[in-house]
Amino acid sequence: MITITHYLVLSAILFTVGVIGVLIRRNAIIIFMCIELMLNAVNLSFVACAHYLNSMQGQLFVFFTMTVAAAEAAVGLAIIVAVFRNKETINIDDINIMKW
Amino acid sequence: MTNVSIMTFNILSILPILILSGFGMIVLLVDVLSSRRLGEKNLLAYISLIGIILAAIFARSPAGTTLFSFNESFAIDNYSLFFNFIFLLSTGLTILISHSYIKREEINHGEYYALILFSTIGMMLMAAGADLLNIFIGLEVMSISIYILTGFKRSKLISNEASLKYFLLGAFATGFLLYGISLVYGSTGAINLKQIASFIASKGGISDPVLLMGMGLIIIGLGFKVASVPFHAWVPDVYEGAPTAITAFMSVGPKAAGFAAFLRILITAFGSAHDEWQKIIYILAILTMTTGNVIAIAQTNIKRMLAYSSIAHAGYLLIALVSANDMGVSGTLFYMLAYTFMNIGAFAIVIVLSRKGDEFIQINDYAGLGFKHPLLALAMTLFMFSMAGVPPTAGFVGKFYIFSAAIKSGYIGLAVIGVINSVISVYYYLRITVIMYMKEPTREFAPLTISPLIVAAIAISVIGTLHLGIFPSKVMEIAQQATLMLK
Amino acid sequence: MIHYLPILILFIVAVGFAVTNIGLSAILGRRKPTAEKLSPYECGINPVGSARERFSVKFYLIAMLFVIFDIEVVFLYPWAVAFKSLSLFGFIEMLIFLGILLICYFYIWKRGGLEWD
Repeated sequence: MITITHYLVLSAILFTVGVIGVLIRRNAIIIFMCIELMLNAVNLSFVACAHYLNSMQGQLFVFFTMTVAAAEAAVGLAIIVAVFRNKETINIDDINIMKW
Repeated sequence: MTNVSIMTFNILSILPILILSGFGMIVLLVDVLSSRRLGEKNLLAYISLIGIILAAIFARSPAGTTLFSFNESFAIDNYSLFFNFIFLLSTGLTILISHSYIKREEINHGEYYALILFSTIGMMLMAAGADLLNIFIGLEVMSISIYILTGFKRSKLISNEASLKYFLLGAFATGFLLYGISLVYGSTGAINLKQIASFIASKGGISDPVLLMGMGLIIIGLGFKVASVPFHAWVPDVYEGAPTAITAFMSVGPKAAGFAAFLRILITAFGSAHDEWQKIIYILAILTMTTGNVIAIAQTNIKRMLAYSSIAHAGYLLIALVSANDMGVSGTLFYMLAYTFMNIGAFAIVIVLSRKGDEFIQINDYAGLGFKHPLLALAMTLFMFSMAGVPPTAGFVGKFYIFSAAIKSGYIGLAVIGVINSVISVYYYLRITVIMYMKEPTREFAPLTISPLIVAAIAISVIGTLHLGIFPSKVMEIAQQATLMLK
Repeated sequence: MIHYLPILILFIVAVGFAVTNIGLSAILGRRKPTAEKLSPYECGINPVGSARERFSVKFYLIAMLFVIFDIEVVFLYPWAVAFKSLSLFGFIEMLIFLGILLICYFYIWKRGGLEWD
């Protein structure tokens, strides 16, 4: 039987994969995709909890997370395109005129 | 599917936000409909200022009560009103100092003003949010607007880079915040702060490790926004790369909004479990103050120095958060207001001295300013004294309240560390003053580009800094009323 | 759990069918690769240029605008489900929401975001 625990563990695994991806990848777009993976892991845990608790608020939260993620995606892509136009690379190791 | 209840709704509660949204959209439409020129966009700055003033006029609540709206997810009380006032003030001052700056830097697109207004809406949502959903949405509305504003000098690589760093790290922190919220929701079954509080109270504290981890992740997410130390790596680069007016804006507004949400979440929702989070914040406060102040000493670029000083100030505010008593909360409100005046004032002077293509931001560039432009140097000295906490300035009174709050809660060690840090900070703040008055100029000062608006901004900042320093009692009284509503 | 058994069987049959067919053709089929056969299929026309070209940045712009408007529609669905119980209040709120989206659309249009050239 699949219980709430399974969903939460899956969500934790996905979240961790996202975090590790952000930390080790160097391409800005892939880092951003890993962040999206983190957000979707959170969505999974929200939906699972909402089902388990029989409350609507978790599902409500997912709608807003999705919207926010879309807005972030649009702004993020725009920023990455702007960087690429000036620098011809999106490898974050090369984007370092200021020290980190 | 159960019935959906019609939400309790009060138009008064969201009127300032509606006004700002309306004016933001008007700015966009006026910009896009008018032909390219439009008197160099003066009109847009004035429209935005009118919007801010109108929003400030309508930001009120029935005296002394909390006005809940949208199923108790939105609370207008004296606390959120005080913060709304800080946000509107910082936005207004930012528009005043931006006006000539963005013209000179050739980034005077109409979207600039609209985005600043939208960002302010996000801050107001955060301060008034009585559930985690509203706080999250407010945080994102604020952050996404500022990501764009940071990269507003599209053709400058340094601005792009700052924007990319801020965006990637900000979205990363959002992920942590959200995951924390989902864990808190999963273990308490609520996203409303009061319901979370009553759940924790009924269990007699936090024993559930999932809930504890959720709280920790929320602290990480918000700790990033207020630039506390393990999560501060973005601050200096983003502050350096962003357009100077935006640096001024984001060193004040988002920080205030972050603390507004921080206080409300930790004290309202997790108030009965303060033993757990006070330890974490205690360590964060010490790390933040010390790192900020020590690294600020080594800076040669004034924008980076102010960035580290802003980290240090976040540390002082975290002391108030640790003490978690009424005095700490009112101290935070007071300090944030004082910080708004002195920090935006300092950035206004940086903007006045800079010129196109040359930001003029090395600290040594300020040598001899005291002889060449005595009034500017005097104002800068005042802001630096205030940030260092020298009486009779606003910064001194703010620090005094915060350290007393810590002592009142029994954190004498923390207060002592705070005082030691203030003493360290005197070194680098006074260094600027010394350079301005004691050194011969190393470079020619450019002819100043002074517009009436930026003079108004500096004047307001000077008056605010002095007034809060000499007559703090009235404002402090209002701040104290604000804290009564929190619990 | 037993209710899901048919789905499992269908899953196994589907995967098995695909694997069997591909495997059989790999084992039994005869292969005589020629340059003509290996070239990418473009409706019978000879391929022009490399497939690994960079896309014009204009696609990004369209994609960004699409993503935003696409996701905003997500709010229409729960609203439609609860339409009756939300009554007039919900209707007006949705009108305001769509009004804001329309203003955004108008802004993009006037700003030239929808023009290809």
